[in-house]
Amino acid sequence: MTHYTLETPVTEAQVRALKIGDTVTLEKTLFGVRDANLMAMFDNGRKTIFDMHGHAVVHTAPNVRKMPVTNECPSGYEAVCVGTTTSQRMERFTRPLMEREGVRIIIGKGGMGQGTLDAFRDIGGAYLAVIGGAAALQTTWIESIEEVDMDDLNPESIWRFRINGFGPLLVTMDSHGGSTYERIQGDAKSRRDAILASIGASE
Amino acid sequence: MQLDPKEVEEVCKTLYIRAVKLLPPDIKRGFERLMAAETDATGRAVLGTMVENIAVAEKRNNLLCQDTGIPIYNVVIGKNVEFDGAAMKAAIRRGCERATTEHPLRSSVVHPLTRKNEQTSCGVGVPIINVDFDSRDETVEIEMIPKGSGSENGSFLQMLIPADGVKAIKRFVIDRVIDCGGRVCPPTIVGVGIGGTSDLCMHIAKVAATRPLGSTCSDAEGARIEAELSEAVNELGIGPPGLGGRSTSFRVHVEVAATHITMNPVAVNIQCHSARRANAIITPGGIDFR
Repeated sequence: MTHYTLETPVTEAQVRALKIGDTVTLEKTLFGVRDANLMAMFDNGRKTIFDMHGHAVVHTAPNVRKMPVTNECPSGYEAVCVGTTTSQRMERFTRPLMEREGVRIIIGKGGMGQGTLDAFRDIGGAYLAVIGGAAALQTTWIESIEEVDMDDLNPESIWRFRINGFGPLLVTMDSHGGSTYERIQGDAKSRRDAILASIGASE
Repeated sequence: MQLDPKEVEEVCKTLYIRAVKLLPPDIKRGFERLMAAETDATGRAVLGTMVENIAVAEKRNNLLCQDTGIPIYNVVIGKNVEFDGAAMKAAIRRGCERATTEHPLRSSVVHPLTRKNEQTSCGVGVPIINVDFDSRDETVEIEMIPKGSGSENGSFLQMLIPADGVKAIKRFVIDRVIDCGGRVCPPTIVGVGIGGTSDLCMHIAKVAATRPLGSTCSDAEGARIEAELSEAVNELGIGPPGLGGRSTSFRVHVEVAATHITMNPVAVNIQCHSARRANAIITPGGIDFR
């Protein structure tokens, strides 16, 4: 188990070095994506203004406050609370995000499925787990909201965050077929019958 | 006591903001209890991060979780209270809107078909307002629950039949907890509704999921199943937040309702570890937030 500090954008080699159980702290830039903007991009043909090649995305829709545009607040939005949403809903967007937009790292909570693992293996990518619900803490890793695309979808716009020590995050899906979620689901299923027997609920 | 809609509006605004920032004491104690029992290294580390997050939110006066949820207001009206019900419901809605626009909070509520967000946390049928009555003199209690979507998506109903028995109810709960894995933000409170009609079954599952930790089902049989399932789910090894460990749930809570001779319904509604709720008690003496 190794700890990596990665400045975005990252290379394919950097992301393929990551294995489940490693930890990562990200620096510099992070994009926020989720349901509505991914549907806009991949179902409804909207193009983003952002170049995400080699970048990391976090599944999020933050709480923000409208502010005058200044150096500290270049987008006109102040980050109030930036957390992470459940990733599973975004499963079918992983491959297009990687193929079309060049994304290398997905940050989320709860894990993703086989399609995502396959895309990581084929293209080179990894999933980093953040503790879902620990949003107040995560907000302390956000320096500013630099720029916003698809503002009409607020709060489900695409957000470009300037980050400072974003992590530690846990690698839970890698490009070598490793998935912590698959292992834990398998363990839970293997314990199921004994647990049901112990409460008199066997089939 | 005359219930003043203006006062209700202010209380409902304050309650939403308090709910998203301050975790109730019973949930904090729940974390302590899980920490003491957690043997998995990752599980312990993750619980530590969650506890740190609670402290950061309090210190920085920030939100515990970015998900401001679907707003639910539970109103319980005591005796000798005069109120205009329609005005009260309108006041609750205005309080909810004002919390969203004035704090500001993320509006997490959209039209189900157009997906349009009014930026007010309100829409058709939302906020959800439940009204009930009790016998406390000159007392109105309002509870606000910002129900997070990660755990709300862990909602399931099965219209079992009598021949399936209690066994099938238990299997249903265990299997749904396995299916949900880490997606519902463990450690959770697993709310289980048993009996009623389909809608009542799901409603009491929500009541169970949002009941304070330390409370038990008032029905003896329900309480027995509650204790049994609480032990069982923490043997699955899902852990917080699905990364392994014992701490899959704080507790399984069961609520029961009478049902039809042909029916055996069971519902699961899950509450995440950010198990937020805030209460206010309005009496002639003033407003007590807790």
